[in-house]
Amino acid sequence: MQRSFIARNPSVLIFLACLALFTLMVTVLSEGLGVGMISTSFVKTLGKTLCLCLIAVAMDLIWGFTGILSLGHFAFFGLGGYMIGMWLMYERTRLIVVESLSQAEIPPTSSEVVDAIGNQIFGVVGSSEFPLIWAFADSLFLQLVLVVLVPGLLALVFGWLAFRSRVTGVYLSILTQAMTLALALYLFQNDSGLRGNNGLSGLQNLPGVEVSQDVVSLWFLWASAFALGLGYLLAAWVVSGKFGSVIRGIRDNEARVRFLGYSVEAYKLMIFTLTACIAAIAGALYYPQAGIINPAEIAPIASIYLAVWVAIGGRGRLYGAVIGAAFVSLLSTWFTGGQAPDIPLGFYTIKWVDWWLVLLGLSFVAVTLFAPKGMGGLVDLWTQRRAPNRHGADLGPDDGALREQEASE
Amino acid sequence: MNFLKSTLAGSVVFATLAGAAMAAEDTIKVGVLHSLSGTMAISETTLKDTMLMLIDQQNAKGGLLGKQLEAVVVDPASDWPLFAEKARELLTVHEVDVIFGNWTSVSRKSVLPVIEELNGLLFYPVQYEGEESSKNVFYTGAAPNQQAIPATDYFLEELGVEKFALLGTDYVYPRTTNNILESYLKGKGIADSDIFVNYTPFGHSDWSKIVADVVALGADGKKVGVISTINGDANIGFYKELAAAGVSADDIPVVAFSVGEEELAGLDTSNLVGHLAAWNYFQSADSEVNASFVETWKATMGEERVTNDPMEAHYIGFNMWVNAATEAGSTEVDAVRAKMYGQEFPNLTGGTAVMLPNHHLAKPVLIGEIQEDGQFDIISQTTEVPGDAWTDYLPESAVLVSDWKDLGCGMYNTETKSCVQTLSNY
Amino acid sequence: MLRLLLAGLAILLSCLMATAEEGAIQPVLQEHREVIAKSSRKTIAPAIDAIADSGLPQAQRVLETWAAKSMWMRKSDGYFFAGEKLDSKTYQLLDFDSGEVVGTFAKKDLKQLKPNSGIRAMIGTALVRFQLLDADIAKRQAALTSIQRDPEAALLAPLRASIADEPDAGLKAQKQRLERLLTIGYDDDTAARVAAIEGMSGDLGVDVRATLNPLVAKTRGVAPGAAPQGVNIAAILTPGDDDFPEEEAYDLLVAEGFAPARVSKDEVRLALAENIEGGSVGGVPVAQLDKDETRARAYAALAAAGKVPPIVTAADVQTALAAHVFFETYAESSADVTTAAQKALDTIALKVGVNQTLDLTLDALSLASIYFLAAIGLAITFGVMGVINMAHGEFIMMGAYTGYVVQQIIPDHTVSIIVAIPLAFAVTFAAGVAMERLVIRWLYARPLETLLATFGISIALQQLAKNIFGTQARPLTAPGWLDGALVMNDVVSISYIRIAIFILALIFLGVFLFIMKRTRLGLETRAVTQNPRMAASMGINPGRVNMLTFGLGSGIAGIAGVAIGLFAKVTSELGSDYIVQSFMTVVVGGVGNIWGTLAGAAMIGFLQKGIEWLNPSNTLAAQTYMIVFIIIFIQFRPRGIIALKGRAAGD
Repeated sequence: MQRSFIARNPSVLIFLACLALFTLMVTVLSEGLGVGMISTSFVKTLGKTLCLCLIAVAMDLIWGFTGILSLGHFAFFGLGGYMIGMWLMYERTRLIVVESLSQAEIPPTSSEVVDAIGNQIFGVVGSSEFPLIWAFADSLFLQLVLVVLVPGLLALVFGWLAFRSRVTGVYLSILTQAMTLALALYLFQNDSGLRGNNGLSGLQNLPGVEVSQDVVSLWFLWASAFALGLGYLLAAWVVSGKFGSVIRGIRDNEARVRFLGYSVEAYKLMIFTLTACIAAIAGALYYPQAGIINPAEIAPIASIYLAVWVAIGGRGRLYGAVIGAAFVSLLSTWFTGGQAPDIPLGFYTIKWVDWWLVLLGLSFVAVTLFAPKGMGGLVDLWTQRRAPNRHGADLGPDDGALREQEASE
Repeated sequence: MNFLKSTLAGSVVFATLAGAAMAAEDTIKVGVLHSLSGTMAISETTLKDTMLMLIDQQNAKGGLLGKQLEAVVVDPASDWPLFAEKARELLTVHEVDVIFGNWTSVSRKSVLPVIEELNGLLFYPVQYEGEESSKNVFYTGAAPNQQAIPATDYFLEELGVEKFALLGTDYVYPRTTNNILESYLKGKGIADSDIFVNYTPFGHSDWSKIVADVVALGADGKKVGVISTINGDANIGFYKELAAAGVSADDIPVVAFSVGEEELAGLDTSNLVGHLAAWNYFQSADSEVNASFVETWKATMGEERVTNDPMEAHYIGFNMWVNAATEAGSTEVDAVRAKMYGQEFPNLTGGTAVMLPNHHLAKPVLIGEIQEDGQFDIISQTTEVPGDAWTDYLPESAVLVSDWKDLGCGMYNTETKSCVQTLSNY
Repeated sequence: MLRLLLAGLAILLSCLMATAEEGAIQPVLQEHREVIAKSSRKTIAPAIDAIADSGLPQAQRVLETWAAKSMWMRKSDGYFFAGEKLDSKTYQLLDFDSGEVVGTFAKKDLKQLKPNSGIRAMIGTALVRFQLLDADIAKRQAALTSIQRDPEAALLAPLRASIADEPDAGLKAQKQRLERLLTIGYDDDTAARVAAIEGMSGDLGVDVRATLNPLVAKTRGVAPGAAPQGVNIAAILTPGDDDFPEEEAYDLLVAEGFAPARVSKDEVRLALAENIEGGSVGGVPVAQLDKDETRARAYAALAAAGKVPPIVTAADVQTALAAHVFFETYAESSADVTTAAQKALDTIALKVGVNQTLDLTLDALSLASIYFLAAIGLAITFGVMGVINMAHGEFIMMGAYTGYVVQQIIPDHTVSIIVAIPLAFAVTFAAGVAMERLVIRWLYARPLETLLATFGISIALQQLAKNIFGTQARPLTAPGWLDGALVMNDVVSISYIRIAIFILALIFLGVFLFIMKRTRLGLETRAVTQNPRMAASMGINPGRVNMLTFGLGSGIAGIAGVAIGLFAKVTSELGSDYIVQSFMTVVVGGVGNIWGTLAGAAMIGFLQKGIEWLNPSNTLAAQTYMIVFIIIFIQFRPRGIIALKGRAAGD
């Protein structure tokens, strides 16, 4: 009937091969199971970068393909992290508490155990009661379900409200930004029950796992790579079929798609919720590697950076998002880490720690102005694909779009 | 399988080679983990400069154990997860022997698991909320009983305050400190209704309503005092509003735990004269060592720079570490730690700081009144107060003690006579 | 060495001679040397009393010197002198009795006495009787302030005596008011007190409430059988009422020793642990004690054996409560006074409530004007032109830093503000025009990308500000005439700086309306916004108009920056604190309409203050719920409060 999915999307296979190769190389060079060329802290950085690539794929789906500039996807990312963090903290503390209480003369009641865990977890923020939202924290399975469920529900409710009242364009961007700001402010409060500004910490210590972080970091690298591969496949599959054509249609002209009889709101809602879930999974894998999650992680600025990555990488193509996220975040690490050499100008020394953000900001303006296709555009040069002849007409409201090529596929 | 074995063997060889290469280097590495960018840079950069100054001074004196000290400075950029990453980098890539660093509690909590996993050594120089004890951290800043409790006593006894407004920024230090203080005040017979608590976000600027609320507290004829754990920039708006409302220090005194010489530099202090701050050190402390410390600092950094309490904490911590390493004849963490207990060093305010088995210092508590020139006039100075990791004023932690020297436990329950955990709670 | 010794001897001799003199205050001071040197409020009272009661003319000067932190103790012999600073290391000492210079001394040989503000207040009170009739009006004022701070019964008589001879009308009124307050608190005559209370009824002053409230302060008590006689009982309490739950009532019984304390779960556990015998407690094996029921059984067995106090059951509590009467007593023993005071307080409470609402309204208005000020520039660039400028906050920041830089060059605060405002406008206008020309005009067709590009500029500008000015907050000090607050009464007050911001916001509103409705630029702007092609055909240069409009919006942001810097702080993050709120103000109000922005700012300001009032202990919650409210609000009115209709609305 049709060519196979892979045949229609050769880039997917190339991407998966690259990802597998990368994972294997890191494993071989790592301290945990390999020759020790790559330090554990760098393995963690790479693992985290893979998670960022995954959320960038989600962002590309919602922005590059559907045309909704969401400035709130880090809220879902963070929520995913919080959900898994709750179990990690609870279980780790429970093991400690049970161990210590077992030394007492009288065996503890189950409520005493819970109280002691609460005291340990919330003692540092000046309370000791378990808030209601920790009700399922004792079960890994339920908490894993919540990783997807909570952000998914939030996205569903928020999206339903927003799309139903036809909030579009920049309004929607500002609204999503307000949502993540509200969530961050809410989590900043101690009363939110998630330890306020301190957040959840010590997440890198998996309860009951005795092996060293050198190995654990590799497990997470593999898991992140696997999730990224899967997420990429899913995203590629979503955008390749009829569904993909509809969402691209929504991006390019929402009104026309609506007149054609498609339920635009339902499509948008579906893609919004799906990407929120992907973001949440990325977050759930990210924070155990970072070790700590706190509300500052979901401040609006983080989500804006996400848009920056995708724009620099190239919207409307999945590998562009991955390249952008990996490139910018690793470069950012390199510059802010003080590894980049200072440039002495005689009268003034350029310290990259200070000037990196200026450079990033300006290069971002440059990319928007001069290279709307982002770094993915380089691939076009390489494949000698030329822009279709538009007979002098401008590219319309969205230069990053690849309407004509996509239409011909 | 063969492949795995050979890589393993290879990695062992590599590791030994790397180890040998490290040993051949003739310096002792000191990690400095302070944010040089982001929101905390303002406070922490000063501490990085302090460390570099101290290391230079030590090198000029001939270094340590016949080797020169080398500072390894990294920038965690006020990003809490990055603190953990950078700490791991310091310990595994740069292989430092000791780390001086952190400011915020959350950054310390972020670093703790890494330091404990890799058996590092951290000197933490800032006043904090207590309720923590780690085998691998020496807390050279004040615990609540070295700052908050004496300041509250001062309010109760010297100023006769009967009604308290506990204003804080919404994060862990004010939360825990206020919790301890509430419990302490109730123990002193202050009624629940006479304690007003308010939390504001970081960088809060709209203070008019809160100041009005505080003034209104005086309506029942009791003397009102404000205990402020407001952090950083938000203080500027708060003090401006206080001054605008005409609240004088004689009517409603404010004692701050996070306002020092650095913070006052951004303020016109003429309207704040008489308000208080509690620390273990003020630049105005009258002693010979302090005079020379301030002089060196100004000579290195510029005349307009001021010294503050966390700088003194690093000064004491660094010198104690140097002495302990000298006594131990090595910079190996466990050896140094064993020699740290009971280590004495003269502090800048004229007394002697002692390192206790609970990894806290015994330090004097100073209370200063703000002066027109942005400095503090020290009006009260106690004798050395031993730092207490677990406060005595909260029921859950009153039964806990920390003693790494004899009990080998940072969270020892005196009621059940057992060690709750040997790792710290984070 | 010998000379030094001789000199010391001479000083000693002279001092001895001084002490020998009649009417010298030094012996009084020496008698209390230890407590004076110790300088603690708890122990100092006798020393202050002794000096004040010495009846010596020097007493006043000693106390004043002491309170001013100018009293010094010579370490060699412990004598006290007034000190004068010569230079940083040496001080000149003056004898209190003779008023003569004793000599100059090195600072290290002396100890400065630093009375804390608690002691200073006590000294102030002691000084009152000297100062009430002092010729110096400032000292009389100081005396009144001291009485106000620490009213005491003993001060009533001297205060009354001083009223008649008071020449200054203002001070006289103050004295009379204070006299009434002291009468309420301390007069022996009940009728006079009641009269005074009735006279002050309805007065809003905090001091009146501070005088009345302690009179009606209530303490809870409990007695077996009937309530005691001879005390001023405010009310009889029934356990189980909303404000007096049974638990509290029982705790009161326990505290008074009328009933046995409850046994807490912890105590049960400890008691069980103490009574382990052969692996079981009260017949229950230890291993089974991990449930509350088994523990209760074991404890009951122990209690039955008389080893531990029995558990207090609900029935026990009820019996104990029924057997006692609970009541509240007033601290003041006279019922007439408390009734009058309570009545006066009720009247005042109503007034206070009204005024607090007024104060809250003023606060909300002020907050709204700040939001409006921050958003008005955005109302032009975003509202009129439809350009999303994420760097708007950074323009505000640039304005604030301009104010700071100007203040570094021109030290006079008034002049510097007058210079700073146009300069801030010029700087940000130029920046806005540059940004429009270089970046935004290429992106008019792509609003989402404008958002991202301006965000890039925003982070670059913010970091640039950090690199130039550092991360530390910079002071931007308001001129002296903006210090202080407009005080309507003790409840309602608003700082002048907030009034200034409010007025500035009004001026901006006027300027905006004028420009948009009455000038050619405004006309052209509206034309270009509605239909650029048509406007171009009419001879308008859309590029130029866009540039100027954008510059105008940015320039206004710069002026707003100066105002915001004055009232808060100048940091590189100043702008990002306001950007999201500003956008929401514009969006909530309705894009493209200045009245909408005004309505939006008002709504956000009032809403935030309203939520703060509901939950005064957590300002963060107010901000959170406000944003949540806005999100929901936009769902129902996506075009804002004042939505444009028809063609202007576009899509």
